[in-house]
Amino acid sequence: MSPNILIVAEHNGRTLSVATAKCVACAATIPDAHITVVVCAANAAAVAAQAAAVSGVHRVVTVEHPIHEHPLAAAIAPQIAALAGPYSHVLGPSSTFGKDLMPRIAALLETVQVSDIMAVESATRFRRPIYAGNAVITVEVLDGAKVVGTVRTASFQAAGTGAQAPIEAASPVAPPTHTRFVSVSAAKSDRPDLQTAGKVVSGGRALGSAESFQMLYRFADKLHAAVGASRAAVDAGYAPNELQVGQTGKIIAPELYIAIGISGAIQHLTGIKDARTIVAINKDPEAPIFEVADIGLVGDLFEIVPQLEQLIG
Amino acid sequence: MKRILVGIKRVVDYNVRIRIKPDGSGVVTEGVKMSVNPFDEIALEEALRIKERGAAEEVIVATVGPADCQPQLRTCLAMGADRALHVQTDTPLEPLATARVLRALTEREQPFLVLLGKQAIDDDNGQTGQMLAALWERPQATFASKVELSEGKARVTREIDAGLETIEVDLPAVVTVDLRLNEPRYVKLPDIMKAKKKPLETLTLEALGVTPRAQLKTPRYAPPAQRHKGVRVKDAAELVAALKQKGLL
Repeated sequence: MSPNILIVAEHNGRTLSVATAKCVACAATIPDAHITVVVCAANAAAVAAQAAAVSGVHRVVTVEHPIHEHPLAAAIAPQIAALAGPYSHVLGPSSTFGKDLMPRIAALLETVQVSDIMAVESATRFRRPIYAGNAVITVEVLDGAKVVGTVRTASFQAAGTGAQAPIEAASPVAPPTHTRFVSVSAAKSDRPDLQTAGKVVSGGRALGSAESFQMLYRFADKLHAAVGASRAAVDAGYAPNELQVGQTGKIIAPELYIAIGISGAIQHLTGIKDARTIVAINKDPEAPIFEVADIGLVGDLFEIVPQLEQLIG
Repeated sequence: MKRILVGIKRVVDYNVRIRIKPDGSGVVTEGVKMSVNPFDEIALEEALRIKERGAAEEVIVATVGPADCQPQLRTCLAMGADRALHVQTDTPLEPLATARVLRALTEREQPFLVLLGKQAIDDDNGQTGQMLAALWERPQATFASKVELSEGKARVTREIDAGLETIEVDLPAVVTVDLRLNEPRYVKLPDIMKAKKKPLETLTLEALGVTPRAQLKTPRYAPPAQRHKGVRVKDAAELVAALKQKGLL
């Protein structure tokens, strides 16, 4: 039986997340994969059209219900479980959306989940990181069990566009009433999104205050870069939680990552090791960040960052 | 009785730099310091604070694993848990099997809240809490950075990629906790002495009606790909020149 793969779309009601195109890219590395994307939304048309255009997608299924205006795992999981019968694999991104949702689907299907798939060896063999990326294991799903998985998005280039997959509607199942969305406080920003930006400027504890973090924002704007932060900087209140890069924050793979005043705890390095070029600026020449940096500069960030700003102009 | 059940896992201490066995069959755990999974400590701390403000009467801590797990359960009793349940097995369980064990414990203990870490720092699976919620057919609130309880409900703030999301769930529910929920207390010596007298009950998978079925095997453990060590530049001007040369500016 050739692999029949269902991918759960991540979106905000208007736009399909690039993480979904990365799931498609992952699924497409499974030989002979037939790929279906399912969009659960209050109004699915716009997102479904974007999903239908992603190269490699064969079919899009929409499920419309008012409960899906906000992504609640408790409402989406039974819907996906109801659709999953004919599929050999059910995949979602390893974002907080997918991390929340996919295990709930796996349990409803009484099957195994492979978290953070970083490489596909076959339809049943995958590589994934453990111990904050300090080891990589090869796992094999046994006995024809259905595979539920989250895709480590930093490991895959997003699939392009150009497909014209057919779109079908599926009927919604009755959602549970025990879980209700209240609010989301997302910082409105004109800066590039941290998870998809080509360039990221990231700050650590050495910034010393939320005020000096402003210097980082100015520098990032000059570079058209997104802003990130280490856990220490977030814990200290210098930056909001959604900027955290690392094992428990965001795992990113930009073309250029500039770590400023970040010592480079292993949990942070986990989040950046797929970056194409890593630049480290730190006054401690022994800081572990220099072990992974392509270009290192030892010095006082409060002198260097303004100089860089001037040089870049 | 208003009970909170907290699930914990014994893991390699987060300060240990792990080593892979030369034959690639696993990670070296012999002679390595073991601790309570840090996220689970945060879950327990939250349970204790809820009890201390009078919103719960009993905090039960539970784990699944070999006999070696008992020191970690004692640590949790020393932190303030009232009693411990040790589901003893030498078979490593996959998250779905662990969720089935916890599901059986919810049947036995009837908690109004189950608190767990959002992931264990060894396998980094991040599955057990959500799986328990599914099997229990109850709500889940993952990656919690704030938990507010009211009559029959919990309002939970969650750390998501976009920022902070708040959801409301009916109780009982499963909450998995993130790093910024609280800072776990230190265990004091008299508490360690007191913990020795607290009840620690040993259970078996059979008694709970759970038959683990392996759906996954791990044929290979390998070190991650290493990045090559780069170059040092001496000042901002050299850095800008290097970035321009790479076409990054």
